[in-house]
Amino acid sequence: MAAASFTAAKFLVPVAARSGGERAPPLPPVGASSSSFARTLRRGGGAHHHPRLRTALAVSSDLVAGNKAAQAAATHPAVTREEALEVYEDMVLGRVFEDMCAQMYYRGKMFGFVHLYNGQEAVSTGFIKLLNQADCVVSTYRDHVHALSKGVPPRNVMAELFGKATGCCRGQGGSMHMFSAPHNLLGGFAFIGEGIPVATGAAFAAKYRHEVLKESGPDGLDVTLAFFGDGTCNNGQFFECLNMAQLWKLPIVFVVENNLWAIGMSHLRATSDPEIWKKGPSFGMPGVHVDGMDVLKVREVAKEAIERARRGEGPTLVECETYRFRGHSLADPDELRKPDEKTHYAARDPITALKKYIIEENLATESELKSIEKKIDDVVEEAVEFADASPHPPRSQLLENVFADPKGFGIGPDGKYRCEDPKFTQGTAQV
Amino acid sequence: MLGVARRRLGSGCVLSQLAQALRPAAAAPARTYSAAAKEITVREALNTALDEEMSADPSVFLMGEEVGEYQGAYKISKGLLDKYGPDRVLDTPITEAGFTGIGVGAAYHGLRPIVEFMTFNFSMQAIDHIINSAAKSNYMSAGQISVPIVFRGPNGAAAGVGAQHSQCYAAWYAHVPGLKVLAPYSAEDARGLLKAAIRDPDPVVFLENELLYGESFPVSAEVLDSSFCLPIGKAKIERQGKDVTITAFSKMVGYALQAADILAKEGISAEVINLRSIRPLDRAAINASVRKTNRLVTVEEGFPQHGIGAEICMSVVEDSFEYLDAPVERIAGADVPMPYAANLERMAVPQVDDIVRAAKRACYRAAVPMAATA
Repeated sequence: MAAASFTAAKFLVPVAARSGGERAPPLPPVGASSSSFARTLRRGGGAHHHPRLRTALAVSSDLVAGNKAAQAAATHPAVTREEALEVYEDMVLGRVFEDMCAQMYYRGKMFGFVHLYNGQEAVSTGFIKLLNQADCVVSTYRDHVHALSKGVPPRNVMAELFGKATGCCRGQGGSMHMFSAPHNLLGGFAFIGEGIPVATGAAFAAKYRHEVLKESGPDGLDVTLAFFGDGTCNNGQFFECLNMAQLWKLPIVFVVENNLWAIGMSHLRATSDPEIWKKGPSFGMPGVHVDGMDVLKVREVAKEAIERARRGEGPTLVECETYRFRGHSLADPDELRKPDEKTHYAARDPITALKKYIIEENLATESELKSIEKKIDDVVEEAVEFADASPHPPRSQLLENVFADPKGFGIGPDGKYRCEDPKFTQGTAQV
Repeated sequence: MLGVARRRLGSGCVLSQLAQALRPAAAAPARTYSAAAKEITVREALNTALDEEMSADPSVFLMGEEVGEYQGAYKISKGLLDKYGPDRVLDTPITEAGFTGIGVGAAYHGLRPIVEFMTFNFSMQAIDHIINSAAKSNYMSAGQISVPIVFRGPNGAAAGVGAQHSQCYAAWYAHVPGLKVLAPYSAEDARGLLKAAIRDPDPVVFLENELLYGESFPVSAEVLDSSFCLPIGKAKIERQGKDVTITAFSKMVGYALQAADILAKEGISAEVINLRSIRPLDRAAINASVRKTNRLVTVEEGFPQHGIGAEICMSVVEDSFEYLDAPVERIAGADVPMPYAANLERMAVPQVDDIVRAAKRACYRAAVPMAATA
């Protein structure tokens, strides 16, 4: 395989390589050989060298790209009006929804740990909006917006956060555990690294269905996106799965949302080589770094990686450099991130940047964007009203869903399955 | 007491000797809270215990996620980085399997690590090292390699955090020979037991509770003394009683004490045992109490099956069966993963009322039918 012959030295960052103003190459057509992608990735040759740790700011794009101020002016890949507006709407939805979550949390409507996604919207939108319904998403505890991008209705996500019976998991999962089978959202995982093997397993299933069961459609394999953060990239499960995913050429994209901080642990203090994308080539898969505050760049990289997976050419590791605009969770005092770092990234707000681009490129008018914002405000408002008005889960739910087959509760003293006891369905049975 | 014969075996000499042996355990707590004017939180108790033990022994060091610059995810290690520096207060990457193994290796080789898990839920990623590398090494090496290490962090049900972050691991670790498992309730427990754990030559799993960190307890001057230490394996009688024994640990001790207050108003005198040590288990104290009260209610937050209550019940059946006047009652968490919704969550963990009801049933004072285990 072509990918196996890549060496780390040849792998460079397409975004950085393209930052000189050259137009992005056309996407490889579906069914093209992997070498077109490989060529894309090789662009720029070995021209860059990567300065080691810089201490002033934990800015890994500076590390990777050699602090090219000119990068901000780089050309964007072409995007149609419809695409731009879809992307804009999804990002605004993510932002407004999370801001509302903060309000509702402080009002006591939701509880426990609530981790908000503000600032990282370009990653969720840039990747997930390219997926089909049958493609899978595996997320972390910071999962609300991944759920929204994958199409889970905002009212059901909000109701889940309120702990209501109308939530996407009937109030049983909560903020960190969003699941939706119809949307192939395979969960928010609350432990670091946990989601990666599960995502790899979903990708394994897609390949198995395709090759053993002969089930998949003409478009190729169903693709799984595994989202996780920079902190996770120091966890063994990450490395174990990179190996197996490449070994078995699984249709998965490992999407690192490198927001530079694992709670209060700076990425640079936690990771011996902070350039996460480089770990892809170590396992024989492409590794790509992309500006995670630029949704169109994310989208371009995502397209290539997803299509590569769909064609059966195996996994890609994508490091999206992003930033969370709030603390790790709503309980985090967020005292360790320096104000100048926060300011640096606040100025790079991905939604503001997209808005500017859309207007500058005459893809839509300011008032059109305003009406999208208004529409999203209404959607989120409605989600809150729906969640608030929804009923709490009934007691009967307490014993439901522990097993797919409630006979798993065993046999009672009367010789019958415990789940046949009328008290079982009331949730009051002794089990 | 209503018409149920007490099957006492008289005062045979064997039994009276046993009773003698059992008595000191029950008598010990009389000293506690003596002339206590000062109150400290469990958080302060843990912090000062860490500080004092690190100060006393340079081979003691703390490692874990966010223990240093962040001052601890729950601020238990506050100030320790400033005082002892980054060589002895190590911020680790999020790699439980890795850093727990490193801690164990350091303990093999002469140090006394304290490994903090941000929560014990995360210890699942490191359980191989806790059980296979730490607990078994002294035995496998025929005593050549001891593993003086403490694994500590919050355990048990927290509030509103869902199934993966809300679980009690007491029974899991108490199952394993070679481990000691401690579960403090009060500030006194936290200080005395953590110091004991750090000084202990064997691996100790130290199960704290997030919801107790901010609670204040009165402490005596003795407890505040830097030499203070509690014995591992000794329970504490938190409240004397004569009608029913309630065993509990960690946060559930508080619930058991509240239940005892309610029961007292209804004329039932409950004796509350704070287990403190899950392994070794103070079977003597439990049996002595049951022999006095003839009734037993066990309380735990964990799942019922193969739990702490089951072990306590077996111990009483083995040693004091003939003293029991009623079936042993077990109060445990519901046999379901923890639901997120607040109303379901409340049903899934033991409440004070559940303990009261169980105690009344044990005393044949309730017409209340058996409700859910929760």
